[in-house]
Amino acid sequence: MKQLLVFIRKEFFHVFRDKRTLLIMFGLPVVQIVLFGFALTSEVKNITLTVIDQARDVNATQIINKIKSSSYFIVDESAVNYDEVTTAFKKGTAKCALIFPTGFGNDLQHAGQAQVQILTDGSDPNMAKTVVNYLTAILTAYQQEISPGTQLPYRIIPEQRMLYNEEGNGSLNFIPGVMALVLMLVCTALTSVAVVREKELGTMEILLVSPFKPLLVLLAKAVPYLVLSLANFTLILLLAVFVLDVDVKGSILLLFLVSTLFIIACLSIGLMISNTTNSQQTALLLSMMGMMIPTLIFTGFMFPLENMPWIFQWISYVVPSRWYFLIIKAVMLKGLGFSYIWKETLVLLGMTVVALAVALKNFKIRLS
Amino acid sequence: MSDKVIICEALTKQFGDFVAVNHISFDVGKGEIFGFLGANGAGKTTAMRILCGLSYPSSGKATVAGFDVYKQQESIKKNIGYMSQKFSLYENLTVLENIEFFGGVYGLSSAEIRRRSDRLVNKLGLTQEAKKLVGALPLGWKQKLAFSVAIFHDPQIVFLDEPTGGVDPITRRQFWDMIYEAAAAGITVFVTTHYMDEAEYCNRITVMVDGKVEALDTPGHLKAKFGVGSMDEVFYQLARGAKRSAD
Repeated sequence: MKQLLVFIRKEFFHVFRDKRTLLIMFGLPVVQIVLFGFALTSEVKNITLTVIDQARDVNATQIINKIKSSSYFIVDESAVNYDEVTTAFKKGTAKCALIFPTGFGNDLQHAGQAQVQILTDGSDPNMAKTVVNYLTAILTAYQQEISPGTQLPYRIIPEQRMLYNEEGNGSLNFIPGVMALVLMLVCTALTSVAVVREKELGTMEILLVSPFKPLLVLLAKAVPYLVLSLANFTLILLLAVFVLDVDVKGSILLLFLVSTLFIIACLSIGLMISNTTNSQQTALLLSMMGMMIPTLIFTGFMFPLENMPWIFQWISYVVPSRWYFLIIKAVMLKGLGFSYIWKETLVLLGMTVVALAVALKNFKIRLS
Repeated sequence: MSDKVIICEALTKQFGDFVAVNHISFDVGKGEIFGFLGANGAGKTTAMRILCGLSYPSSGKATVAGFDVYKQQESIKKNIGYMSQKFSLYENLTVLENIEFFGGVYGLSSAEIRRRSDRLVNKLGLTQEAKKLVGALPLGWKQKLAFSVAIFHDPQIVFLDEPTGGVDPITRRQFWDMIYEAAAAGITVFVTTHYMDEAEYCNRITVMVDGKVEALDTPGHLKAKFGVGSMDEVFYQLARGAKRSAD
């Protein structure tokens, strides 16, 4: 036991003296959070809307003012005719436009209906759909405002609510994704490199010749990274809560428990990788590339898994981060308890056991 | 058991059809400096791995420090020290931390480690450098430190695998002084080398060729037997008939 402690202490020395490792370990989550939280957001906010008001009447002005007062749009009224708008679209300087034809107010008041044209840049379909939705909502609201007495006899009013995320905070989906991605990369890459480094330096031989149990070598390698990964997880959680305003609804303890399980799974995969190679570079490449792509694609936080062909859906079942992502979303964002996530946890546990068994078995084989 | 600390009888290791170590037999006495020579690929490393408890033989018998290489690998490991051709200390740990780590791995108590490391650091003249990272030391000092760490836990036998590779001649001499000192203290030294001048320093030498022990005697006897003036020529005469090459 004392031997193990001596070994673990040595591993901590390694980590703390290796500035590069520390930078990867704690820089990565910060960069990811900032990137996903601010730069890669899928929300539509402060988008420039080109407005051509050929009507210049009370109704058009009222609608424009309503648009201006929403946080979604910045109204640009510099364009005066249709041609200018099409040119701006071609150049890419305009993404969406709203055009009031001459006589808009007149038509509305006398004929009871009037037309506006909404133009969007269809090469960015997500943005286009969102803009149309926002504008339609504003127009509908205005319509009801100006016709308070004339209620239709039958009306269906859809009441929309985005459950678990009423404000439409785009960070919510990314945070569990970033957690999965960062832990996956950091744990696998750093452990595999730490083990392979000893092989490359020749110190592994010395350790194997010593009475120190080979399995304890792996354990001692993994423990510091487990501790640091939990610190890392805490850092991501804090960043999420205080920087991105994510509300943690579920049990913190449960979050830490499942994260520990996931970290152990990742560490085992790292150890598995370390058995396949003797070069630090290969280990790093294998764990970075080999883990990053599947995590990005098959976890479900960037691309919906439901839309994938069945073969990719099947692949996604063997990606540990997919299950972790589901658990974290359920616990952190929906506040669900263990009874809702036990299946996913069981899958993750199974994966951990298999990965760990393979890692330990191969390590033994290398000795004889 | 007599004062024989390593006994090999018809020790063999086969990888498929390839016989890496072919019925080798020899024994090494307590406090002896035993040179283990052979061209690359002759089977030295494989034999040494078996004796260090890293690998099982295919057949034959061997005991190291009185322990059986088949059944008592763990006991063997506790009683040997090992230093490889690659520099084997941690560069980003200090001198003291390295000593503490390896002492700890061999199960020495903290007090014992402190007592011995003070003595060792003084002896090596590294008092000033004790708290410096090992990576900052010159290569010669690193090798001497690595050897001292390999015998830090007072093993019965220390295995040295080409310990002086890349070291300058003066440091090599100093290194061999340390080896003599260890042997005088009763530690058996089992050393592989490619430097024939070093072979002359050994009490006895085996030369392995193609997995077999082709010669085993004192350097003086070997030179007389082959009628040559240096170990270099003895080695050349034995090894030129080798069919295997490269590791």
